[in-house]
Amino acid sequence: MSLIHSETLVVNCLRCSWVDPFKFHCSKLSIVLSRFVISAMAEERRQKQCSVVLPTESMKAMAESVGVGQLQEDSCVALSEEVSYRIKEIAQDALKFMHHGKRRKLTTSDIDNALKLKNVEPLYGFQSQEFIPFRFASGGGRELHFYEEKEVDLSDIINTPLPRVPLDVSLKAHWLSIEGVQPSIPENPPPASKEQQKTESTEPLKVVKPGQEEKGTIQGKGQSTTTPDGKGKEKGLIRLKPRSTHELSVEQQLYYKEITEACVGSCEAKRAEALQSIATDPGLYQMLPRFSTFISEGVRVNVVQNNLALLIYLMRMVKALMDNPTLYLEKYLHELIPAVVTCIVSKQLCLRPDVDNHWALRDFAARLMAQSCKTFSTTTNNIQSRVTKTLTKSLFDDKTQWTTRYGCIAGLAELGADVIKTLILPRLTVEGARIKAVMEGPVVSNIDKIGAEHVQTLLLKHCASVIAKIRPQPDNVEQYRAEYGYLGPMLCSHVVKARTQATLQAQQVNRTTLTITQPRPTLSVSQSGLTGSGGPRTPSIIKVPSSLTLMSPRPGTPSQPSPPATKYIVMGTSAGAASTQQVRVI
Amino acid sequence: MNFKKAGLDSCPLTLGSTDQSEGSILRSRWFPFFNFAHAQFIFKMAAVQGGMVDAKDELDIKSEPPSDGFGNSNANDGRLLSSSPGAGTGGTATGNNKPAPGPPEEQQTLLAVLQFLKKSKLAESAEILRREAGLPEDALDPKGTDASGSGPGLAAGSGQVDGVDASSLLSRVTVSSSAAAQAPKKAAAGEDQPDVSVVLSAYSQQGDPSLYDAYYSGLKRFIESVLDCHRAELSQLFYPLFVHMYLELVYNNNESVAKAFFEKFSGDQECYYEQDLRILSSLTKKEHMKGNETLLDFRTSKFVLRISRDSYQLLKRHLQERQNNQIWNIIQEHLYIDIFDGMPRSKSQIDAMSGSLAGEARREANKAKVFYGLLKEPEIELPLDDEDEEAENEEGKPKKKKPKKDSMGSKSKKQDPNAPLQTRIPLPELKDSDKLDKIMYMKESTKRIRLGSDNLPSICFYTFLNAYQGLTAVDVTDDSSLIAGGFADSTVRVWSVTPKKLRKVKSAADLNLIDKESDDVLERIMDEKTASELKILYGHSGPVYGISFSPDRNYLLSSSEDGTIRLWSLQTFTCLVGYKGHNYPVWDTQFSPYGYYFVSGGHDRVARLWATDHYQPLRIFAGHLADITCTRFHPNSNYVATGSSDRTIRLWDVLNGNCVRIFTGHKGPIHALAFSPNGKFLASGATDGRVLLWDIGHGLMVGELKGHTDTIYSLRFSRDGEILASGSMDNTVRLWDAMKAFDDLETDDFTAATGHIHLQDNSQELLLGTYMTKSTPVLHLHFTRRNLLLAAGAYNP
Repeated sequence: MSLIHSETLVVNCLRCSWVDPFKFHCSKLSIVLSRFVISAMAEERRQKQCSVVLPTESMKAMAESVGVGQLQEDSCVALSEEVSYRIKEIAQDALKFMHHGKRRKLTTSDIDNALKLKNVEPLYGFQSQEFIPFRFASGGGRELHFYEEKEVDLSDIINTPLPRVPLDVSLKAHWLSIEGVQPSIPENPPPASKEQQKTESTEPLKVVKPGQEEKGTIQGKGQSTTTPDGKGKEKGLIRLKPRSTHELSVEQQLYYKEITEACVGSCEAKRAEALQSIATDPGLYQMLPRFSTFISEGVRVNVVQNNLALLIYLMRMVKALMDNPTLYLEKYLHELIPAVVTCIVSKQLCLRPDVDNHWALRDFAARLMAQSCKTFSTTTNNIQSRVTKTLTKSLFDDKTQWTTRYGCIAGLAELGADVIKTLILPRLTVEGARIKAVMEGPVVSNIDKIGAEHVQTLLLKHCASVIAKIRPQPDNVEQYRAEYGYLGPMLCSHVVKARTQATLQAQQVNRTTLTITQPRPTLSVSQSGLTGSGGPRTPSIIKVPSSLTLMSPRPGTPSQPSPPATKYIVMGTSAGAASTQQVRVI
Repeated sequence: MNFKKAGLDSCPLTLGSTDQSEGSILRSRWFPFFNFAHAQFIFKMAAVQGGMVDAKDELDIKSEPPSDGFGNSNANDGRLLSSSPGAGTGGTATGNNKPAPGPPEEQQTLLAVLQFLKKSKLAESAEILRREAGLPEDALDPKGTDASGSGPGLAAGSGQVDGVDASSLLSRVTVSSSAAAQAPKKAAAGEDQPDVSVVLSAYSQQGDPSLYDAYYSGLKRFIESVLDCHRAELSQLFYPLFVHMYLELVYNNNESVAKAFFEKFSGDQECYYEQDLRILSSLTKKEHMKGNETLLDFRTSKFVLRISRDSYQLLKRHLQERQNNQIWNIIQEHLYIDIFDGMPRSKSQIDAMSGSLAGEARREANKAKVFYGLLKEPEIELPLDDEDEEAENEEGKPKKKKPKKDSMGSKSKKQDPNAPLQTRIPLPELKDSDKLDKIMYMKESTKRIRLGSDNLPSICFYTFLNAYQGLTAVDVTDDSSLIAGGFADSTVRVWSVTPKKLRKVKSAADLNLIDKESDDVLERIMDEKTASELKILYGHSGPVYGISFSPDRNYLLSSSEDGTIRLWSLQTFTCLVGYKGHNYPVWDTQFSPYGYYFVSGGHDRVARLWATDHYQPLRIFAGHLADITCTRFHPNSNYVATGSSDRTIRLWDVLNGNCVRIFTGHKGPIHALAFSPNGKFLASGATDGRVLLWDIGHGLMVGELKGHTDTIYSLRFSRDGEILASGSMDNTVRLWDAMKAFDDLETDDFTAATGHIHLQDNSQELLLGTYMTKSTPVLHLHFTRRNLLLAAGAYNP
């Protein structure tokens, strides 16, 4: 590992008593630098001019790492002040390079360049485009962040085949605006961002026209960014929401026609394509009202006609709309939710209730319902509580049919364990008795029996996992019977099953936490060659199949990364994690 | 300056020989400029170098870390300004004279330089400087200085120099530049950092540290209690006083008091000083003060305040009553109060102009006449009845063109009263190819779309994909056929955006085989095998921060972190010249609109004017207090505008190197500049996300465009100046109504005379459009000759 003599730093560091040839381990210095930068950024966020000084323990730790055993407290203090000051200087210079590099992220090369300005030799072999994977360790009352540097066998690196060459820079042109109007093409951002749609629907009075938000960047004391008369207006008048037009261009009309036809048409391949388009296209904002009307009307008609297939298609459209990362559906829920709820609880959804699998539709719709509750429920619209109320009301009704009963339970169960616990578990005895009446009583009708069976499996499925969590261990059949009546014994066996599964899963989870997450691979060839010393990432570059890692991080075109189409749950985590790393430096 | 007469061939490089023949005390690269603004600077440079025995190669020590006793604090010696301020060989200065401000001081400086040169036996240099400055022959003779200076920038006043010998002159300059009027130190640390120690010594005067708090809060109470109209003006005092008091405390080793002082009062300062305060807050020890650039800036340049006479009287009376000498001393020594008669300014007026590192510009700094008009276009006969012209006429747009063309012709014949003389600076002659290009230009411009608030331009966005955040600079040729990108990996890439591919000229051996008489010889010399859309230029050893095409598209300039500017041929796609001189990162460079000259500016705080065929700069524009972040040529090529991290914009005269305008008002480093096509206005964009508009003739701020939320990296006026486009880090392109912004101006005599501006806040009305890109910061904007807007940036996923 390379050590650097950072004399200039040291000369200043050691104006005090001792003149030991002091060596900074390169990575240690970088850690110091990065830590400083982090604290400086935190400082910036707090908008406070406090002087952050490195803790003296850091000095001790660093001294120990280079073999200076006993460092006096005074020296530590002097050193840490001096080093803090120098590091701040370097960081300030590094920011300069960041600004001129037209970036928002400070990189290690910025710090190298800043060191060069100060005539300090830069840190060789410490290259990182992305974040630096610090590790944390504690022990003996001390806490330490460190950058793990593994020893790498050079022959390993030499013998592995080179990773694929990263894509070369290329130039692509598109129209950002045509005579003042921005075309909605994939290269342009969606006309209204999701956040904006959200604020528009949740805080309609604060709506500002896109691009005219008055975010004064400089708010000097006493210097207001708004005009005096603008302020007066805001105070005096209630800002009326500008009437928005929903005229569709010819292309959009064609698109709408094609999409809706494909969605409810007979060709499955076309439908998949159309749904994919709904789920990913960034420019659908304008068409959203049409789609939501289409769905609600479609459900209304097809419920009456008992057309199960069409209902399923329409629900899939709802799901696709929900999946679209650029759309915010809150404004259209008044149309969508009734449609979805209809598909959950309607007495009859198909022509032959004994044969057709309308249960699947109910399950699917119930999951949609739960998802929209999770995303859109706020204290003002109370979606979740309103839906819950509706569902429980019909669940508690004795005259409710088995189909509706099934839907109610499914709808409630999807809302989560808490809902199951408070609303379904107390009902288990009642429902059990009712099921028992159908199953063991005189045969009323086949339809009722099927309904009862489905309700039973549904209850078992959802309740078992919840009970497994809330009930203490020994599962006694008799106790269950006493508590839950007819369903007791079956529940008991399900709970036991659930418990074993849970332990199995827990083991698996434990195992996954043990594996070290693979840091992101660096992308340039030269780097992986040169920074063979660069720590744990290098082996990972080579082991990971290159086709996967080297292509994926940078898409070839600036198109919206499309979410997986078939997966049900919207995974927002990866994007979120990435964005948190991009700490903004001003 | 002989420059004018000598023309291009013997431009002011006359000093090169002097340097060689007379030893190398002064490095030649500092030399080929002499004017009043710089005389002082040269002198200091020389003094510093003279003081240090082994300093001759200091500019080259950059590559190796200094291991001698100078340590880190010496690391900046190669930097022009950090080593320049004050001090000199005559460490035993007895400067008891308070220097007279203004031109006499300037002349004294000049004389001192001459003396120094004489002493150093650099007779020839001295002679040239003397001629340059327009001083009479006997100016060097101490007895005969009664002749008043005849140079244009010199007022009478050399009489003061009478009977003063060279050494006291030297000391006087020393004192004046370090602003240490009182108690000059016996520069004890003469060998080690003479400049810094003298500069700092002004802080050695002791007040009771515990009283600083009381002084400051006393003043604060007073200012808060005065009438509203005075309060805003006097509040300007807070920041400079705060800084100087803090530095005094730190210098006198009162660390804890200083910290407490900082904690207590830093919150009161205007928010736009936050960056400086952050630097200041890290400075807690006397040792830190050496080598700190920000500090030196504060010490060497007086903070300029503009205060009305009434307010000033009020302050003076208060301080005298209270016997508050500490504060009075600081005001006397470290501040420059520009007193004007008339109504005190309002808070908003003050805020609009403040924010720079060293306060506002002095009023007289913006008084010089600027020839902002455009040069007369050379008359080129337009082949009016061109074939394709006719073809288009048949297509059904007849007549419209001819009157237009006539009007253009007549316009160019009239001489603009504000335009400089055609021969004010020598410009390269037009070649045939240039004339062809001009014809093309005029043809294109007849097809230009007239833009306006109801006729917005289309924007074509060039996205750099897979740039991995490495794109640092972009430029587009005037005819929009080529795009060049500078990258953090030290490469420069040139793309052709037309179907015409980029081809190299054949090798010398192959060229011999060509029939030179044939008509298509220009076509034949090109090597078809090398045709490609993209050419990569390798040569720099650091990120490329500035890039500029020559107007004739034959050359490309690039400036880099490695301290060099490189000139590339776009015929052979090779590097022709590496211009060395900056030694520190060069942040920006730009070709003159007429070619041949180019300007560069960088971390060393000076901008340099170069000519492509000289390896040394023709002019050095020194005066900025921090990095020069962007440089732009005026459309008439007679002026250069530079924006800096000290949050000021300066306009420099190419002819004599003088700074003719200082614009203050930005609250962050300036990253974009654009001249309006008529040369009258300047637009500037900074990290504060605001665009400011300036009237060059009057030296006034005339507009403020708010809307961007992040650094503005590009600004461009449409070809006819109706629309200003701005591109920013916040991923937007915004269009502003420039016509309206400049139409509503009220530049009456009063405003012009006092410099008091009153800005309307009409950004929202002027904003014509905002166009979001998809996470692509906008690094460059360019209007094609037909007024289509091209934008460029790197996709940043």
